[in-house]
Parts: sequence; C-alpha cells; structure tokens
Amino acid sequence: MSEDSSPGAGQERRPRGRLKIFLGYAAGVGKTYKMLEEGRQLMTNGRDVAVGYFEPHGRKATIEKTEGMEIVPRRKLEYRGGTFEEMDTEAILARRPEICLVDEFAHTNVPGSGREKRWEDVMALLDAGIDVFTTMNIQHLESLNDQMGEITGIQVRETVPDWVIKMADEMVLVDLPPQALLNRLLRGVVYAPEKARQALENFFKEPTLAALREIAMRQTAHEVDIRQSEPAVAVLAPEPMQDSRPERILIHISEAPSTAALVRRGRRVADYLKADCFAVCVLPSADLSQIPAAVREPVERHLDFARKLHIETRILEGKDVARTLVDFARRNGVTQIFLAKPAKRALPFLAKRDYVMKVVRLATDMQVTVVAS
Amino acid sequence: MTRGIERPSPEQLLKQVEAEGRYQSRGKLKIFLGYASGVGKSFRMLDEGRRRKERGEDVVVAAVQPSLPLEVEDLLRGFEVIPVRTDLGVPVVDVPAIQRRRPGVCLIDGLAYDNPPQAKNAHRWQDVEELLHAGISVSTTVNLQYVKEHQKQVEAIRGKVVRESVPEAFIRTADEIEIVDAPPEYCVTISLQRDGRTIDAGELARQLSELREIALLLAAEVVDRQLEDYLRRRGIEQHYGTHERILVCVTPRSNASLMIQRGRRQADRFHGELHVVYVEQDELSPDDRRTLARNLLYAREARAHVQVVHGDDPVGAILRFAGQHGITQIFVGHSQRTGWLDRLRPNPVERLILDAEGIDVRVFPQEEPGRE
Repeated sequence: MSEDSSPGAGQERRPRGRLKIFLGYAAGVGKTYKMLEEGRQLMTNGRDVAVGYFEPHGRKATIEKTEGMEIVPRRKLEYRGGTFEEMDTEAILARRPEICLVDEFAHTNVPGSGREKRWEDVMALLDAGIDVFTTMNIQHLESLNDQMGEITGIQVRETVPDWVIKMADEMVLVDLPPQALLNRLLRGVVYAPEKARQALENFFKEPTLAALREIAMRQTAHEVDIRQSEPAVAVLAPEPMQDSRPERILIHISEAPSTAALVRRGRRVADYLKADCFAVCVLPSADLSQIPAAVREPVERHLDFARKLHIETRILEGKDVARTLVDFARRNGVTQIFLAKPAKRALPFLAKRDYVMKVVRLATDMQVTVVAS
Repeated sequence: MTRGIERPSPEQLLKQVEAEGRYQSRGKLKIFLGYASGVGKSFRMLDEGRRRKERGEDVVVAAVQPSLPLEVEDLLRGFEVIPVRTDLGVPVVDVPAIQRRRPGVCLIDGLAYDNPPQAKNAHRWQDVEELLHAGISVSTTVNLQYVKEHQKQVEAIRGKVVRESVPEAFIRTADEIEIVDAPPEYCVTISLQRDGRTIDAGELARQLSELREIALLLAAEVVDRQLEDYLRRRGIEQHYGTHERILVCVTPRSNASLMIQRGRRQADRFHGELHVVYVEQDELSPDDRRTLARNLLYAREARAHVQVVHGDDPVGAILRFAGQHGITQIFVGHSQRTGWLDRLRPNPVERLILDAEGIDVRVFPQEEPGRE
C-alpha cells in the first residue's frame, strides 16, 4: 500500500479496476446486504476493502454488516440553501483501497459535485485501478426506461446507459420472491411505516414486482451471455442463415417527443442483435442556425441523447425527409430503419402523406421498423 | 376461447372453491435454484429458514448434503434435525417421522435424489410432494443439472452425465422460486475438486457461465408462468411485455423464409417466443396453396407456434391475435398493391402500423434484396 495521499504521483500504476454490479428488481431485495457481505468476506481474506458510499435506509441488518468496515466519510455540499451529502470520490482516490463498495450506481449527484452521475464517479475509481462493487435496480437501465414506465407507472429519471453496464466485468442477480419482499415491507424492514404504506399502494404490487423480477432475470442472462467466450468446441452448430449479413440499424431522429423511446429501443435491439447502430436527422439545412428553435432544440437534445448511448449521429440536409433517409440508408448498407410511429389522423387518407408511410413505401429493399410509442 | 360476462355455473364455482381449498390446505413449496455446486444454495435456504424460525415459525431440517462448507455447518447448529434414514446406502428423507412431527416448514437440502428400489416413492421429489399434500411446507434446493428437460443441454456443455433428475413440471409447481446467482469463479474451485478431472479453469468458467444463463432463463420462465397464473386467477387481461414475443405474418406471396429466419434469430437473441400466423381469406390458387404449405412447414421447423386464423379482415385478425398473445413485435411483408384505391386508403401494412397499439411493426421487403 502506498502512503501517498495524492492520486497518481509516486504510486504504482494499477491496471484498470474491475466493476461488479449487484442487480436487483426493487428496493429491499438485499442488494446492499449482499454487496457488504461479499466485501466483508474479502476483508476477512486480507483484502483492503473500504465502503465508498452506503445508503443505510435505516435497515438494521444492513447497517450491522458495515460494523468494523472502513467507511470513507461523505462530502457535504450546499445547494439552494440545503445541505446534501455525496460520495467523496477524491477522498477515496486518495485513500486508494483495493476494493471500494459504492451503493446506488444510478444516483444523480447534486449540482456542484464535480461529476453529474455516480456512475461517472465510479469510472474515476476504476481508472485509478480500484475494484468497485456497486448496486442498482433494473428500472435504472436506460434502454428499459419506457417499458419500466409502462409496468410501474413511474418514469425513472436516474438511469445508467447500457454501455456502462456492458463495461462491467460481472453482474450478479440478487433475487427474492415478490411475496417475501412484500413481507419484508410489511414488517417495516425496507421502509419506515408511512413510506412502506405508500410503496404498497403504488409500486409494490405483486404482478408489477413479478414482471420486474422476470425482466431482471432475463437481463442478467443476457449480461452473462455477452460475457461468454466462444466455446472451444461448438456445442450446438448454428443453423445456416439464408441472409447472414450483419444487421446495420439506422435510427431516425426528429423533434418528436417519442424520439427518446425510439433511440432506446433501437439501441437495445442493436445490442441484442450485435448490430451496428447509428442515428441521423434530416433537416432542410445543415446549418443549424437556419432551423427554428422549436425544431432545433429538441433535435439537438435527441442527438445528444443518442451520443450518450454511444450511437454515432449525423445531420443530413434534405427537403424530403423520407427520400433523404432512404437514400442515405441505401448508400450505407443499412438493413433496418427505425422510425417512430406517426400520430393518428382523424382522416385515414391523410396518413398517406406521413413521411413514415413514405419511408415504408420507398424502402422496398430493406426492413423498416415502426416503433410503438 | 370465449370471453364475456357469463356467470360461472355452479359446477365451475364448486371447482373454484375446491381448487382454493386445495391451495389453502397444501403446504407451500419453495425452491432455491442454482446452476452449479458452490453458488450457495444450501446457505441461502438455511439462512432463510433461520430467519423464519426467529420470527416464530416451526422449522426443521430433514436432509442436508453429505459434505458442507463451514458456514453452512454453523448455520445448521441452530436447527432441529430429523435425520435421513439410510436404505441400501442411500439417504432417504424420513417422511413418516416428519409427518409425526408435523413442522410448519421442512428444509430439504438436495431435491434430486433417487430412493432405493423398494422405497414407497422412487424419487425424493415425490416424497416432497407427499409432504406438501399433508400440509407441510417445504423449502428445498436443486441444481440445474438435475432438471430433467435441461439435462441433455447440460451434459453437452459439461460432458458429464448425472442419473438423478427432477421433472421441470415439478419445479414449475413451486409457489416460490429463488435463483441463487453468483459469478462462476465461486464454483470453479469446488467444481474442480468434485469433478476430479483435468479441465482448464478458463474452459470450466465458460461452461459454468453457460449453465448460469440457462438457470436464469429457466427461473425467468417460472416467474413468467406465475405472473400469467396470477393475472388469470384475477381475470386481469394485461401483458407486461416482460419478454419479446414476435409474430410473423405470412401470406403465399411474402418472403416468409427470410421473415421467419429473422424472427427466429430475434426471438433467440432476446430469449423470446416466435409465433407465425396466416390469415385465411380468399380462395387460393394451387400454386399459392403449395407455397403457403411450404412456408408453414418452414415455420414449424423454426420451432414457431403456428396458427391459421380465419377472417375477412386480416389486419383486425392479426391485431386480435397479437393482443391475446402479448405480442411485442409484428413482422409483415411489404404490401404490393398499388391500385388507385390505395392512393386514398391506407393499405393493410399502413393500417397495421397505425392500429398496432404498443407493438413494433417491422416491414420486410417482398423480394430478396438484390445486393447480397
């Protein structure tokens, strides 16, 4: 261990740290408990473990798990007259444990914290060669955001982009049957009574929990799948494909509010199909200053969002959106165009004039996916 | 299926009451599923048993594995144990002794044991069934490699054959299933010791991770069924879109083989389901009939659920089918009609796009793309 207090200087260079995510389907399944338990085990084995951030939620059994563990004190921040506490990333970097436990991966820091998101803080720790254990719920995965909103009726704002999750070396599912979780909630293990009552009325309904649980299981299976090396000997030979071209997915970006959902869906499908994925918008002029703000601002926001999900973007100039899009797709060997569903019209024949229908008509040599909003 | 506001008949009501009665009097089955030895199934089961005991439930242990890690031994000390009998060198759960003792919950570590030939039940899972029937709840552990329907797959991966098995149907009857997940490195050491065979640790880790994926998906399937049962019991018609269900619509003219193949690939990647429908409408020419038969055969070969739907309104029929089956994506071939009427009215593909609520519609070229 280095005695040095400033990161970098005079320290041995460590390889990038390993990231391990404890995934759950709801609050109270025991993610933090499990993470602490593993951390303790490693401590007993002589590893240098520190808790970087821990959210006790007043849960006795979880708090007990931290006894005897080193907890790096939080940093206090003033914001709009209130005092907030955040993880002290710089202090952890200075302390430089081998393994750091960080609760709530999807957390958004209070403005002025240095980094916007906790996952960005975690990246800094990994860069410094610190292994990180962290916890998150399935609702916080960016590409599932819309589906989660439908299932739970709650739009989650704190999300983690899928590529960040993909970078994790390991994902472990922390599972608990919904009935057991509901019992915990009723016994007041998860939340204080008032909050528990609210939770039971809203989010914590058995079918909702079962659906989230199933999705968490499937997501973990997917994470396991993409981390698998190819077998030395093929176990089951794949069927030969009639059309084995790799998929190339093009997402159309517009000012429509449904674009965010479209981008998430396109990204998710591309990830599962191991396809290339890029996004374009078509504007009458490539000079953005010529575009009215009502269009420019949402388009820029959507382009920015796509880039955050690691999707390459481009602005195309053209008066005819459908034709420009299809021509571009054809030139770039796109196999599938993703579009948002057009709004319903009172007069069905007017739908004919919608650019979505025009793309469907023009793109006769590729697939067009119209994504439901 | 018929639906409506029919009142249930007295027979139906009686059946429902009986079913509810059976449900109430039967013990509850909880299964801890793991993908290999060493993931910590026994620990999780006993730890949960301990907590239930602390809360005042009457918990006993009726079977433990022959060799136990230290932390499991520690946990075990706090329990009353009804020891297994040994018949012909085989450990057998002492069902009569448990029935006499009548605990609230009985912990049975290791579900996949075969009983000796003259035993009342051939398999331990049948002993468990008997206990449940007697109103005693059971918590038990099982390793994926013993789930009968997955054994071939596991053998292909691990190159190891196990004799004992538990039918998946029994696993599916569990009131609760809990997956005990851990990264493969936890089991590598144990597997190396148990196997006693020379295998590269990296290769073993890879094999284990394949098993892990299968176990997670099996658990997801069980949860999916439970969710559907729950909704059905309460008459709730809702689909949560927890997994992808792809519907490929074929016509004699569509490039069905490409669509089905893509559908299969997408379903596999998403671990989803593949459905294929054909809407029977007009009289078909003999040529079309042959093409259609070939397409549907192809669909069956691709392990799709195939259905022929009747109706004058193909779009409506497809959307109804999609709604009933919780479809998340519809694959459809490009419409070729270009008559004058179509310039005014949305064609079937356009109608499908407009009317499919909450379902993605993927339109395929009619012909093979020329630039392969």
